Amino acid sequence: MNDMRILERDVDTNTIKIAARGVQVYYGDNHAIKDVDVDIQDKTVTAFIGPSGCGKSTFLRCLNRMNDTIDICRVEGDIHIDGEDIYDKRVDPVQLRAKVGMVFQKPNPFPKSIYDNVAYGPRIHGLAKNKAELDEIVENALRRAAIWNEVKDRLNAPGTGLSGGQQQRLCIARAVATEPEVLLMDEPCSALDPIATAQVEELIDELRQNYSVVIVTHSMQQAARVSQKTAFFHLGNLVEYGETGNIFTNPEDPRTESYITGRIG
Amino acid sequence: MALGLTGYVVLAIILLTVAAFFMARSRAKSTAGGDIRLLHSLPNYYGYNAAMFAAVPAFGVLMIWLLAQPMIIENSVFKLIPERIVSEGSSRGLVMSDVRRVAEGLDIAVARGALTDDEAGSMRADADDVRSILGGVGVALGSDVEPEVLQAAQQYRSKSETGTFWMSTTVVTLALLGAALAIFVTNADFRARNTVERGALTLLILAASLAILTTVGIVLSMLFESINFFRLHPWTDFFFGGSWAPNFRGDSDLSILPLLWGTLYISVIALLVAVPIGLFAAIYLSEYAGPKTRSTAKPLLEILAGIPTIVYGLFALLTVGPALVSIFGRGDNGLLGVDWMSGATAVLTAGLVMGIMLIPFVSSLSDDIINAVPQSMRDGSFGLGATHSETIRQVVLPAALPGIVGAVLLAASRAIGETMIVVLGAGAIAKFSLNPLEAMTTITTRIVSQLTGDTDFASPETLVAFALGLTLFVLTLGLNVLALYIVRKYREQYE
Ligand SMILES: Nc1ncnc2c1ncn2[C@@H]1O[C@H](COP(=O)(O)OP(=O)(O)OP(=O)(O)O)[C@@H](O)[C@H]1O
Ligand SMILES: [Mg+2]
Repeated sequence: MNDMRILERDVDTNTIKIAARGVQVYYGDNHAIKDVDVDIQDKTVTAFIGPSGCGKSTFLRCLNRMNDTIDICRVEGDIHIDGEDIYDKRVDPVQLRAKVGMVFQKPNPFPKSIYDNVAYGPRIHGLAKNKAELDEIVENALRRAAIWNEVKDRLNAPGTGLSGGQQQRLCIARAVATEPEVLLMDEPCSALDPIATAQVEELIDELRQNYSVVIVTHSMQQAARVSQKTAFFHLGNLVEYGETGNIFTNPEDPRTESYITGRIG
Repeated sequence: MALGLTGYVVLAIILLTVAAFFMARSRAKSTAGGDIRLLHSLPNYYGYNAAMFAAVPAFGVLMIWLLAQPMIIENSVFKLIPERIVSEGSSRGLVMSDVRRVAEGLDIAVARGALTDDEAGSMRADADDVRSILGGVGVALGSDVEPEVLQAAQQYRSKSETGTFWMSTTVVTLALLGAALAIFVTNADFRARNTVERGALTLLILAASLAILTTVGIVLSMLFESINFFRLHPWTDFFFGGSWAPNFRGDSDLSILPLLWGTLYISVIALLVAVPIGLFAAIYLSEYAGPKTRSTAKPLLEILAGIPTIVYGLFALLTVGPALVSIFGRGDNGLLGVDWMSGATAVLTAGLVMGIMLIPFVSSLSDDIINAVPQSMRDGSFGLGATHSETIRQVVLPAALPGIVGAVLLAASRAIGETMIVVLGAGAIAKFSLNPLEAMTTITTRIVSQLTGDTDFASPETLVAFALGLTLFVLTLGLNVLALYIVRKYREQYE
């Protein structure tokens, strides 16, 4: 843990973007998230850490109602984004997901060309007035995801033909291209080499200027590098949530400490 | 009924096999001194091995012998029959069946005690009334028995008897030898498990090659008959001629093109019905329906696939055809007041019903293919704020497209080969026409009609059926290969 660069970053604002209260998630009889309360701030990077199977992905998927697509999944409690209850009947989950973008744990490019993969969201939401504008959006997204140089000569090649790490960056570009207000990233760097990881982290830092980013990661160093707030999950409970610096230097809960120092998980 | 000698032989082999099993097993155990951990294989494997050695060669020889013996005996007995009888009695086969019948009659007479074995062997057609003796035991003969035929029959009997005796001896000896050998080699180090494994493998290979060989046999027989046809009829007329007008007095026009046209036209209509409906049903079932709906609707849809095609044919002839006539025909009495359709049989009738038949086929294949599209792909699309139908149109269907194309090709090859629906629903007129309300005919219906009734298997009018069948086979085979290739290629995409 000595090499960990813990930067004292000031959190730009204190506006709360996402407020979750008493969230419970059940997969059939499996109680996967137990009574989680959390406030995620705007223009901030929040990291979710915790051992495998503790419910990080599950909680992340609650924030854009992706759990709706799983038949056996049941979500209880309140989640408000910008003060609006996203589980309200009047909220259209489709609209919500355009606002709250997501990068999945496993890269899942569509079996289309690289260009069409990135252009998918902008096309659906009508973000580009013409082809030139669309081209620009695609190029920008690919550049921000640090993959432009690798694919600029083969934009018409299938996205599934890329390497695992390239696919993951393609998925990041795809999510960024829709200009979401909140970006949920589930282990976006799990298949990336250090250089690409650094580039993605740069992107995350840049996104923070305008958006709120939630990132799930198994790398303590990464959490420490990119996030201002960190939440530690364990067995479905939110054990500790606070300033990243505090969590890593003097955690309050013994479970957090033993996880960070590598004793559980 | 008492068992024949062959029956006893089979029984003996089975008993030997069972005995060999237990003996080998106990011998294996005793060589290991009762501790089965010292054996190379589990004791049962030694048993299986011995049983295999006892049964397989014996049954194999028995089977070959049973097939070969009658042929060999018939060949040797036939020499006794003079030319005179063969030319009167029309053909060799007929005379030989007489011989067999008399021989069987004699067997029955001996079994019933009407004759002794010696009497049966020494009877003379001129001295004894063979016909009435055999009639007395229930074997009716059409005419008096010729002396040569009787003699041949007696020869036939005695040769079969000797043959069967030798067969029994050989086969039982083989079984004994096999069992003895297997029991002899049984000891703790013998790798019985491996031999049994090889035995199982051989059995599987045998079954697989039998299936393939039959296919090859079918194709070859079709090929030979087709070659015969092309000797009698110019191939240019068959492939490039313009009309189909078989004429049993000879000099027919036998071109496949009008039939091919009818076949393809009906298949296209069937696919136009089946593909959209089947595909939409599959999309609903796999993407929208809840587990409850799915578990009831899917089997219901698949019941359609279990209906015999002749029932669909009746449905075409009795329900769909008349319904279409009442819409498009009957002049002023019809629904549209037009008179475009005169009879119930028409391209449209057959095409519609065939389409209905293909719906479950298309839907269940497409359903499997759509389900094989990974959920993560859908998640990716939902995560970008796409609606369900956008996701299906832009992600799921394009991903599933190659598989769906494969399913459609498989459906097409079924449509092309379908017979009963078109026999009843399409009519019998071979022509080139674009009007779907006219009767037309297909390759399969013409094969049926060329082969039913009194046929002479040497005339091109009959033999053309084989050429048609072969062409059809090549066509559907090509479609199937293409479809399987596409489906398989698509399967690999996600693995
Ligand atoms: N689709 C599902 N159906 C049923 N149970 C699920 C499903 N997804 C997750 N679970 C269960 O929910 C619990 C939390 O899983 P989740 O995927 O959220 O863990 P995670 O913290 O993201 O783990 P990892 O770090 O390995 O990705 C686990 O016990 C898991 O078995
Ligand atoms: Mg996860």
